[in-house]
Amino acid sequence: MEANKIPCRQAFTDKILELAKKDQNIIAVTSDARGSVTLNKFADELPQQFVEVGIAEQNAIGISAGLALSGKKPFVCGPACFYAARSYEQVKVDVAYNKTNVKIFGVSGGVSYGALGTTHHSLNDIAVMRTLPDMSVILPSDAALTQKMTEYLVNHSGPVYIRVGRAAVPDVYTNGEAEFIFGKANTLLEGNDLTIIATGETVYHALQAGKKLSESGIKARVLDMHTIKPLDYAAIEKAAHETKLIVVVEEHHVKGGLGSAVAEWIVENHSMPVKIIGFPDANAEHGSSPELFKHYGLDADGIVSTVKKAYGC
Amino acid sequence: MDIKQLETKATETRKRLLQMIHDAKGGHTGGAMSSVDILVTLFYHTMKYQAQNPSWPDRDRFILSKGHSVEGYYAVLADAGFFPKDMLDTYGKFQSRLAGHPTRKVPGIELNSGALGHGLSVGVGMALAAKMDKKSYRTYVLMGDGEQGEGSIMEAANSAGHYKLDNLVAIIDRNFLQISGNTEDVMALGNLKKRWEAYNWHVDEIDGNNISGLVKLFDSYPVINGKPHLIIAKTTKGCGVSFMENKPEWHHKVPTEEQMKTAFTELDKKLG
Repeated sequence: MEANKIPCRQAFTDKILELAKKDQNIIAVTSDARGSVTLNKFADELPQQFVEVGIAEQNAIGISAGLALSGKKPFVCGPACFYAARSYEQVKVDVAYNKTNVKIFGVSGGVSYGALGTTHHSLNDIAVMRTLPDMSVILPSDAALTQKMTEYLVNHSGPVYIRVGRAAVPDVYTNGEAEFIFGKANTLLEGNDLTIIATGETVYHALQAGKKLSESGIKARVLDMHTIKPLDYAAIEKAAHETKLIVVVEEHHVKGGLGSAVAEWIVENHSMPVKIIGFPDANAEHGSSPELFKHYGLDADGIVSTVKKAYGC
Repeated sequence: MDIKQLETKATETRKRLLQMIHDAKGGHTGGAMSSVDILVTLFYHTMKYQAQNPSWPDRDRFILSKGHSVEGYYAVLADAGFFPKDMLDTYGKFQSRLAGHPTRKVPGIELNSGALGHGLSVGVGMALAAKMDKKSYRTYVLMGDGEQGEGSIMEAANSAGHYKLDNLVAIIDRNFLQISGNTEDVMALGNLKKRWEAYNWHVDEIDGNNISGLVKLFDSYPVINGKPHLIIAKTTKGCGVSFMENKPEWHHKVPTEEQMKTAFTELDKKLG
């Protein structure tokens, strides 16, 4: 697979810098993570719109809430693992409960940090964020979609948690065709046998899996569910009516994430099988992100294999 | 308003908050009573605001980080004109906007609070925004002394000193009691003054139940440009009613009918 040269985190920082030059209310807040986020250029070019708090995620969130309550548009940026855990009460109270216009941009999410282990993995962030009232959750799948999302978010009012990975990922969208509509899934592949719903970095693998399945005569619909909350229930409803099986793929524990969100809807409204491909309820093995994707069956071959078993072939 | 009038406001506020707690059969009596004089000085003397236009951009900001001491805050906001006084009668009732901790549903309240150790970080954000926008408003954050156990406050204090936020005033309601007993027995706070000075704060220690002293101190700010200000306001938990003063059980005890009569007799004497 061919990776884009720009990781999603940099696609975001390039775009937010461009937008912040035109809007002085856009503020980047970070916690000694300007390097990991790729915010160095922003810090150099717009120091008056950049707030460094040191290694203090709780304070970063609280400060961002205060900035937002004063009319600013803060994007607080740092490793997803820390913002979804260390500062969770500040996210719950200062951001979600207060409905402050804070965007939490979590980088190197899921198992991006690979061998750094469980302390640096964020495999329950979707679960904890999507269960906060008024919090939206977005996982863009590639650099182009990340930029479209960023353009949208600067004018979106309200709390949003965004998660991207660390390494550059292959393009899902090419030739400028990425379209970001908040809360609306993108259909990447049409098919009426089954539906694969993926989010974030797994979307590319799900798309490759869909193409491979097609070669075997199984027509899979592939959805890029970039917005996990609010969830695109219309797309799920359509999938439930038009296809026979839903398979969710996510770089997250199988409990509590996008799979759970989809299953909650299906169990209330339909009678059909849902299969969730993700990480088990255990600490992940030691390994790089690609190794872990392969081991846990989140790469294209793993998805094809699980789908075939679930589809009964 | 002169000092005598402010003191009268403080006594009336104490009576009102006791009535609210009594009627609602719940509340945080001791800490609400200890912080009344600070609230009265801020809202009737020091702070700039427009009660009929609570989101006036140039207003001074106030955050009640020790959100549980909410009853006196509601009483002061109502009396200052942010909302009708009869709304106070709904405190603690089903679907009232006046919950057991502050919320922004109530006009004049800047932040939903209640979980301790949050207010100062938000205040730092507000003070930073004022600097960015070259606005002259100040941000005041009232914390408890038991609340100082929360490490997040030290993160906030560090950043306020780092960013030289001389438009930020933090106040510790230093009544020496928290829910389980004396603060120094539960988890000793040690020398708070030195601790905050180490983070580049200007620190004043004062009698937090003496309005005359509070007025003078707030009037003197900013003392040093480039430093945030901390007031360690030494107070008496339950201040104003002798049988409540310095008694840990009055943290959230509700006065009986009989106790209300005794309390009001004492407070009425102060009103003359």
